[in-house]
Amino acid sequence: MTTVSSYQEPEAQGAERRPDDVMADDVIRVMAPDGTVIDDIGIDDETAVALYQAMLRTRIVDDRAVTLQRQGRIGFHIGSLGEEASIIGSAFALRDQDWIFPCYREFGAALLRGLSMQTYMDNLYGNANDIVKGRQMPDHWCDREHRIASVSSPIGTQITNAVGFAWAAALKNDPLAVLVYFGDGATSSNEFHNGLNFAGVNATPTVFLCRNNGWAISVPTDKQTASESFAAKGVAYGVPAVRVDGNDVFAVLKVTRDALTRASAGEGPTLIEAITYRLSGHSTSDDPTRYRPEGEAEAWEQRDPLLRMRRYLAERVNWGDAEQASAEQAIHHEVKAAIEVSENTPKPALETLFEGVYAEMPWHLREQQAELLAGTRAPGHGE
Amino acid sequence: MPEMNMVQAINDALRFEMQQDDRVVVLGEDVGKVGGVFRVTAGLFDEFGADRVIDTPLSEGGIIGTAVGMALYGLRPIPEIQFSDFIFPAYDQIVSEVAKYRYRSGGEFPCNMVIRTPVGGGIRGGHYHSQSPEAQFIHVAGLKVVCPSTAADAKGLLLASIRDPDPVLFFEPKRVYRAAKGEVPEGDYTVELGKANVIREGKSLTVISYGAMLYEAMDAAEKAAEHGIECEVIDLRTLWPLDIDTIIASVKKTGRVVIVHEAPRSCGLGGELVSLINEKAFLHLEAPPRRVTGFDTPFPYTLEMEYLPLSHRILPALTETANY
Repeated sequence: MTTVSSYQEPEAQGAERRPDDVMADDVIRVMAPDGTVIDDIGIDDETAVALYQAMLRTRIVDDRAVTLQRQGRIGFHIGSLGEEASIIGSAFALRDQDWIFPCYREFGAALLRGLSMQTYMDNLYGNANDIVKGRQMPDHWCDREHRIASVSSPIGTQITNAVGFAWAAALKNDPLAVLVYFGDGATSSNEFHNGLNFAGVNATPTVFLCRNNGWAISVPTDKQTASESFAAKGVAYGVPAVRVDGNDVFAVLKVTRDALTRASAGEGPTLIEAITYRLSGHSTSDDPTRYRPEGEAEAWEQRDPLLRMRRYLAERVNWGDAEQASAEQAIHHEVKAAIEVSENTPKPALETLFEGVYAEMPWHLREQQAELLAGTRAPGHGE
Repeated sequence: MPEMNMVQAINDALRFEMQQDDRVVVLGEDVGKVGGVFRVTAGLFDEFGADRVIDTPLSEGGIIGTAVGMALYGLRPIPEIQFSDFIFPAYDQIVSEVAKYRYRSGGEFPCNMVIRTPVGGGIRGGHYHSQSPEAQFIHVAGLKVVCPSTAADAKGLLLASIRDPDPVLFFEPKRVYRAAKGEVPEGDYTVELGKANVIREGKSLTVISYGAMLYEAMDAAEKAAEHGIECEVIDLRTLWPLDIDTIIASVKKTGRVVIVHEAPRSCGLGGELVSLINEKAFLHLEAPPRRVTGFDTPFPYTLEMEYLPLSHRILPALTETANY
């Protein structure tokens, strides 16, 4: 574990840089990795603590979810270890009326916006109280109440969905913007191209947030694109783009706010490339030691977004071990309570398998539902 | 009642609903200023403006992907795919997003839209302006699939589809876009989804078809009648979910069935119909159910009329099945 005090700044990669060269000149940074502020963007201490706590909550939930999966208590988890600043900073910038179209790593944004820990945990368990009724894998939730669309697994499909949603709002003159998340791998998808093109042509109020975390499962960024950066792709679509240090929560907050200001002023979409690093595997099904160069993750641990904020808070508000322990304990307590309830909640009822395919159940599904209910249960599925 | 062809009837339905419901928007390639390559959206751009009749970039995936967002927002998007042969770039959006959004969100997010697209051959269009991919959408849980054969049904089914809470693939048989002429009710007119139409009653055998091939089936049925074979002809209208009651009641009455569609035979809707009939009316059958269909080849250009299951190919199937 990297200590709070030690930090060595890496050097820019210069001419041989990869698209994830976070030290490149054009990467916006507000706070240096040692916690010193380079550019004061006027974030008060209360907000800074709130941002840190949201990131900490995300990380602790992540950690618990991985453990639950390893223990065989949930089936799967896909998390955001190391990417918390890119998610929390951007979601924090949103106004109430704005919407999020998530990829699948943004449960932290949902918790920040008000999704209850219990509801999230029920989704990880796919139980009877799961908002999506156990129909999808863990981490594939939705949250209409907090204006977040539904998570799906195909790469990039949410990008055009987000553009259409923002476009519809603009057609109705409703003053809102849409933040859509995706990874560096998704920039190779059809819908990245379609989304940026449609958004550019129609000036939709969309904020594209590419979490460049260095890896698409096992494929590194230099096998994903020959572009100098992912932000560079905005040029071809007439979409202004910025690169930001994705482990600098203040910087992510700032560029997202700027993008929202542009969107609100009718100036159209912005592409944000947040350079960060996936400290975990792709998901609990992946083992990154098979493909990750030795030392790479360790180097990025030095740039851990939470450590950076701790250094900052230590300086600003005397955030020390006691404050840290107390914050961690509160979150652990919250998570533990939610796990207990989720674990003791039954599976979704059998008949729900057929509900909601259509608004009203057609005859063929009624027949199949009756067939399932009248039949024997699958092995391991107790009566 | 005014007489219209199918193009005019669909145009009339779109105009009517756009006047009634300001959530309805039309989007697609060339649907705006030029009014569609088949003129189906003619005049709508001038009447409703560029914000409701939207010319999009040339990308089917983008059209359906953005229509999803519009539907989630609460609009009633009617995206057009210029030819159903070009729908495949949007297949991911249709299968992964449109069809599943309601279910996978636990009912939080309905995603209803009507995807209009011309279908079928016989217009000298070769591989890529002639195919009939309806079975590839019927196989996807969560979609409704509609294919009218008459102008009045086109209007009534389209209005019902726009108001339906589920996403609908609306296949328009382009071979009869102008040939399918008839009286079309003015103003509001709907035809309930999921209801087939028995367009000819008979006791000898049941003929099931839809879209452009319905006319071929009817022609063969009239010729069969000259030999004393009285066919009951069913126009499915809604391909999924099927009107199973009408189909089974007719097959139980006649004991014999021939299914006609121009889509390829294997794993086509005809195969599903035969299975359902076997499951639900086996003891009533007097002859093996027959399929007269397009072939399992790519849709050909020069020999397209040999590919299509026209009346001359249907008639022997009718007489053989009736005399089995």
